[in-house]
Amino acid sequence: MAKPTYELADKLDKATLVKMYRQLQLMRRFEERCAQQYALQKIAGFCHLYIGQEAVAVGTEAAINPDDYMISAYRDHAQILGRGTPAGPVMAELFGKATGVAKGKGGSMHLYDVSRHFYGGWGIVGGQIPLALGTAYASKYRGDKRVTVCYFGEAAVNQGAFHEALNMAALWKVPAIFICENNRYGMGTPIEVSSAVVDVYKRAAAYDIPGVWADGMDTLAMYDAVKKAADRARAGEGPTLLEARTYRYRGHSMSDPAVYRTRDEVDTERENDPIPKMRAYVLAKKAAKEKELDEIDEAIEVEVEESIKFSEDSPWPDGSELYTEVYVDPMGHGETK
Amino acid sequence: MRELTFRDALNEALDEELGRDPDTFLMGEEVGAYNGAYKVSRGLLDKYGPRRVIDSPISELGFCGLGVGAAMAGLKPIIEVMTWNFAILAMDQIVNTAAKMHYMSAGELSCPIVFRGPNGAAHSLAAQHSQWFEAQYAYFPGLKVIVPGTPADAKGLLKSAIRDPDPCIFMESETMYAWKGMVPDGEYTVPIGKGEIKREGTDCTIVAWGKALKIALDGAELLAKEGISVEVVDPRTIRPLDEAMIVGSVQKTGACVVLEEGWPYFNVGAQISDIVQRACFDILDSPVIRVTGADVPMPYAKTLEALARPDEHSVVAGVKTALNVRS
Repeated sequence: MAKPTYELADKLDKATLVKMYRQLQLMRRFEERCAQQYALQKIAGFCHLYIGQEAVAVGTEAAINPDDYMISAYRDHAQILGRGTPAGPVMAELFGKATGVAKGKGGSMHLYDVSRHFYGGWGIVGGQIPLALGTAYASKYRGDKRVTVCYFGEAAVNQGAFHEALNMAALWKVPAIFICENNRYGMGTPIEVSSAVVDVYKRAAAYDIPGVWADGMDTLAMYDAVKKAADRARAGEGPTLLEARTYRYRGHSMSDPAVYRTRDEVDTERENDPIPKMRAYVLAKKAAKEKELDEIDEAIEVEVEESIKFSEDSPWPDGSELYTEVYVDPMGHGETK
Repeated sequence: MRELTFRDALNEALDEELGRDPDTFLMGEEVGAYNGAYKVSRGLLDKYGPRRVIDSPISELGFCGLGVGAAMAGLKPIIEVMTWNFAILAMDQIVNTAAKMHYMSAGELSCPIVFRGPNGAAHSLAAQHSQWFEAQYAYFPGLKVIVPGTPADAKGLLKSAIRDPDPCIFMESETMYAWKGMVPDGEYTVPIGKGEIKREGTDCTIVAWGKALKIALDGAELLAKEGISVEVVDPRTIRPLDEAMIVGSVQKTGACVVLEEGWPYFNVGAQISDIVQRACFDILDSPVIRVTGADVPMPYAKTLEALARPDEHSVVAGVKTALNVRS
């Protein structure tokens, strides 16, 4: 099979390619340990793993600027790591510890890092799409040339919020990229059962904006697609609906054994895994040697292990935190109670 | 001081704050070219242009969410809902997003936004357009709920709400827009969370806000003719609630009536009654009396609608019950 070529990603420098490989591995290893820590009851509540979908987050991150806005749903661990937030405070948040990114008040579904322009972490399907319209609107209002990336699953496109937001995004030509991570199942319901139109990108036609799809199991194909959409948005030409065709290997959440699909289907998808693909590309491009990639793999094992140790050793939030941060100004007139 | 309508007082507040802070913008259905469904935004599109005064599609969930996202990014949106009935469609963004983000993010995010529009019943608009929502929004920690009853309070409180760092629910009323009242000249604000005694009295306290304030004052006038001295206290904001003012008044008068036009079950009056009975148990000679609308969806026919709404005579009856006075 001929090596795939990429219109834009083929021009990426070696350091970026190695960084992308590193991010893929970090996301994968981090979440494998999340599953383990969940089983050990160190992580509680709902915990939605991204394993299998990493090409989407990594390809996207490489194609946008660090100060672009990023907004996601509740399957958000990998994306905040992609922004560069250290693994320790992310894992600590999943543990509910005071050192977490949200001091233990948000948990797995509600991760934030404003310093790295990661704006959540939202728990209601589709609810984050109007928010992304809002941050993109703010960019247009200020003329700051920042782009908003909004992630959501294929089940979210059946919410009114998606359609209302895309209409206004198109109407006002805001700089947004709406990335639908189509992993083919909304919890356990296949897209064929929930959607009259299964090619999600085609829904862009309703708002007369570009609708494209990309291989969401291929990091560099994602890079190409997002880069084009980002350039377009930054040039003031408006939003894009980008369907990333991907697959999650695990259930919808940790409590889902995923009996609604066959082992054959999952095994077939696993053969298409983004990480070996990226590794082969890095080696073919001579961006790094086998040994260097092995060293990265080992370093990531250590980094993730340390994030668990950091979380274990961190204190629970103090009881005094219960009533803080409900309001910026609790009494409403500049005095605190 | 000069006399202004409620509508013009709100318009002045919007005008002054849009002029003061370039990060503010007004968005909603018909707020621009149409000058507002109730003309509250009259002239603002001409003055500030389409970047600052934006006509939205009829997509409450979408444009309320846009405002929340823009607030999260540091702007100060003022979102007009044509009426609070329609904001039910935007509850996800107001309740799940605006109210929660500061807490869920442990202070990383905040949401300085105002949602404003008319609340309650006007006349003969029937059930879907005649509803009261202050109790619903006040229920959620993270939201502030402001329900002014006079033009002066409306202007001062709207200016405070626009400057406030938290999400504010600001409730007006279709029928009040044309009401007139004295409004101070020049720059002023009214603090959120501080009530005001609107009429002093000694025999019984009436707690009322928004449009019900006038009903309370009319009732107090009738009672005065019978020699009953009523104190009317207006919390002005439902959350945070000026509990100290309410409790202080009841401790002085020894009796309490809570008046609201909304439904009786689980409403603001229920919460105020709880506060008053706990703080004033030793002083009260009778239970806290609640005067409310009828517990039915609002009917259309004028005759039925009149039966469903409290008026000054209901207030008189309520106060007499609280004072154990025979009618």
